Amino acid sequence: MTNDSALGAARKRKEKPALGTSIGIADRDAVVGAIMLAPAVIYVAALVAMPFFLAIALSLSNATVGDPGIHHFVGLANFISVVHETAFAFALRNSIIITAATLVFLTILTVLQVELLARDFRGKRFVHILLILPWAMPVALAAVGWLWLLDSEFSPIDWILRAVGLLGPGTVLGPANNLYYLGREWLGISAVVAINVWRTLPLSTIIVLAGRTAIPNELFEQAALDGAGYFRVLFRITLPALGILLTVAILFTVLIIFGDMTVVALTTRGGPGYTTEILPYWAYLKGIQGGALSQGAAIALFLFPVLLAASVLALRLAYRREGA
Amino acid sequence: MRTTSLLRAIGFYVALALLCLFAVFPAVWMVITAFKQNIDLYDPNNNPFLFNLPPTLSNITFLFTQTNFPVFLWNSFFIGVVVVAITLVLAVPAAYSLARLMGHWGEHSSIAIFLVYLIPPTLLFIPLYEIVTLLGTANTVWSLILVYPTITVPFCTWLLLSFFRSIPREVEEAALTDGWSRIGVFFRVALPLALPGITTCIVFAFALSLSDYIYAAVFVSATASRTVSAGVPTELIRGDIYYWQALMAATAIVGLPLAVIYGLLFNWLVRGFQIELRSRAG
Amino acid sequence: MAVLEVRGLAKHFGDFKALKGIDLTTREGEFLTIVGPSGCGKTTLMRVIAGLETPSAGDVLLDGRIITPLPPRARNIAMVFQSYALYPHMSVADNIAFPLEARGVAKAERERLVRWAAGLFHIEALLHRRPARLSGGEKQKVALARAVVRNPSLFIFDEPLSSLDAQVRAVARAELRQLHNRTGVTTVYVTHDQIEAVGLGDRVAVMQAGMLRQIGAPQALYLEPANTFVAGFIGTPPMNLLARGDTIIGFRPEDALPRAAAPHLEGVATFQIHITRSEFLGSEWLAYGTIKGAFENAAVLCKLRQETIDKVKVGEVQDFVVPVSRLRFFDKATGLRTAPMPV
Repeated sequence: MTNDSALGAARKRKEKPALGTSIGIADRDAVVGAIMLAPAVIYVAALVAMPFFLAIALSLSNATVGDPGIHHFVGLANFISVVHETAFAFALRNSIIITAATLVFLTILTVLQVELLARDFRGKRFVHILLILPWAMPVALAAVGWLWLLDSEFSPIDWILRAVGLLGPGTVLGPANNLYYLGREWLGISAVVAINVWRTLPLSTIIVLAGRTAIPNELFEQAALDGAGYFRVLFRITLPALGILLTVAILFTVLIIFGDMTVVALTTRGGPGYTTEILPYWAYLKGIQGGALSQGAAIALFLFPVLLAASVLALRLAYRREGA
Repeated sequence: MRTTSLLRAIGFYVALALLCLFAVFPAVWMVITAFKQNIDLYDPNNNPFLFNLPPTLSNITFLFTQTNFPVFLWNSFFIGVVVVAITLVLAVPAAYSLARLMGHWGEHSSIAIFLVYLIPPTLLFIPLYEIVTLLGTANTVWSLILVYPTITVPFCTWLLLSFFRSIPREVEEAALTDGWSRIGVFFRVALPLALPGITTCIVFAFALSLSDYIYAAVFVSATASRTVSAGVPTELIRGDIYYWQALMAATAIVGLPLAVIYGLLFNWLVRGFQIELRSRAG
Repeated sequence: MAVLEVRGLAKHFGDFKALKGIDLTTREGEFLTIVGPSGCGKTTLMRVIAGLETPSAGDVLLDGRIITPLPPRARNIAMVFQSYALYPHMSVADNIAFPLEARGVAKAERERLVRWAAGLFHIEALLHRRPARLSGGEKQKVALARAVVRNPSLFIFDEPLSSLDAQVRAVARAELRQLHNRTGVTTVYVTHDQIEAVGLGDRVAVMQAGMLRQIGAPQALYLEPANTFVAGFIGTPPMNLLARGDTIIGFRPEDALPRAAAPHLEGVATFQIHITRSEFLGSEWLAYGTIKGAFENAAVLCKLRQETIDKVKVGEVQDFVVPVSRLRFFDKATGLRTAPMPV
């Protein structure tokens, strides 16, 4: 009864029509949407789209640091001239090899790490801290750390190899006391791959783990009831279900590795010779250090079609699988 | 049966230990180096993992008193915080707008946004260098604050777009019929529900701006305006002389606290990428 | 108490016409149920009324005032969603207080009203919980409390019982009807379940393919369906519909009796039915058969009581009678009701 009298009181309370009277732009979704979207679009247009087209324009001009204007249209001259340099073949080859090798190792380690982290175990938070460490270090500083780790004289890895009798005079790995990781073509490339895998593994793990924990547990229980073994479950259930996020993780990594010069710039510096040169670093060397802005832009533009093709292909595959 | 499960447990912990070792090995080496004396460090016959001579704090003292490291730290921190703020102001409303207000094409614009993210800094740094010079911001922290959102905004918009889309539409519609305007729904319902995504964005925006090397190295040559990423290598690598202990100390001082913070946020970061809210919806 | 009126309402999504011109007026304080198969446009109709969709044509009026251009917040219509759409990040108390907050109700008053609304549904003990920790039935109560707390002009329910299991559902149904009896607020209730619609509504509106097929009291719909769609949709099992020439003849399963059970009944039409199977339902039996004669072996259902089922022999063709007053006639081409004719 008291409830009903309270109800009566509530009904008597006059509902103010204020809400109904002040109808403004805040009630029109399209207008609100445009206002909310505009700042980001303007920013991206000004500082991504415009520079992107400026880069294309630069690559077709003869601009230099001393004379940065885009006055003289030189057509594809910059592209033709850089393609004919010795460094170009090395840079293109290494960019592709380093990215591809990183992807292979990264995918394997990511899936492994995700499978481990999908379980519950003691001290998981501590393990999280350890595993995310490479990503927490600024890339440039981490690269310097690796430079020291792979030092030609004082590398602790060499010391371990010497201590177990694998390195040094009269051993498998040769007469020298050191391996000179960054001083040899393929060791240098391997070192760059290792650093790349090391620093991107936490990120791809986070992305893929998001997909892994979203797989409903019933799927695994059903598979267990059906007597499927570990690898069968992994390849038949886990990996297909990860589909889109695994693709996204890989794409992110491609973008980071293929487009970034930091690791090479601070470790091998493209050397010895041009044997570990990559496109982004060479663009930097030419464009900024060498002052040939237009040629730098032309080299950097070589990156774009590769990235575009890889992304479109991967995203289309991923979304198609989603749709099916 | 029992032996297989035991083998599995051993395999699990061995694999975990190896992955942890891979992740932390360089860091361990950095920390050890940071406390070593010169004579100890530069003797190839010494066990590099042991302190053959007593550890010293002199490298760290050197780093903080004889170098510009504190300036770099402050610059990186300041830039990171401002970039995070700008990123959120630009990306959060944009993502919400695309997810809810711009109709069909807005909801399906994630691939287009991804393509923006795909344009790498290497491609943009030459024209952007011209732009920051033109704006007179070259050589200041503001040049970096201006350009870092080119990396962070597309990424965060992309992430938040799927996050906002995963919020059940009915929850927002309930708020609309409950008397809230679209703006009210955005602040009171959508934002709180997107918190894991926003946390992820904060961490990523900060980490990306801290990690950048290209822009920091190209746009800023004045020591007073340099960041940790660009400043530490240039300051502590003088020609052929590497101040290894100080370099390692600097890396560890930046990396280890961040690793702890990111590590504790690990589950939140994972949830940031989780496109389903599933059981959280009412 | 408000009157809701809908005039010539149409809604198109591209080529798809979800609503094809709906006219509908509620009575003051009425509990109107809208029923129809899924995809008939009933949810779209509710969303247009609530202001969540803009109609392609037509108007929505509340108490004679056109509210079509108003945003949802300015309509004072409370909507309870199928999923309840509770705010997952707020406690139950904050959920209920949320509409009040939008209206700028002072904090003390808000707390008082929340306690009152929670009291209506006996959920005071849940006020500090998060929605994720509530059962389906509890969620529904919270959603109802949130709807009632701000004293709306109109309630809209969009299948609020469909996510509950059968036992909770019966209780929740009673709760809903009780809420309406107490508040007297005009209520529009959407469901795909005709039993629910007939059981709850003062009047029932039947929708199909974006059109309103019939509106009326539940008994009227049951006894006097305006067309074959309503005849076939309302009632469990539905009306038997038998085509003969241009006409469809219909009768309810419970109106047929074996001739042997009512040998002297007059004013009846006789049908020859081949009974193939019978099912025991507890209080009655359901006999399945096919009808002979001019009806092309159409399937029929008869609901029979215990004492009459004994007269039915499964596997044989028997005479069944239906009182002529219980026969309904429809035009085969249009499906619309026509005048009675001799059988």
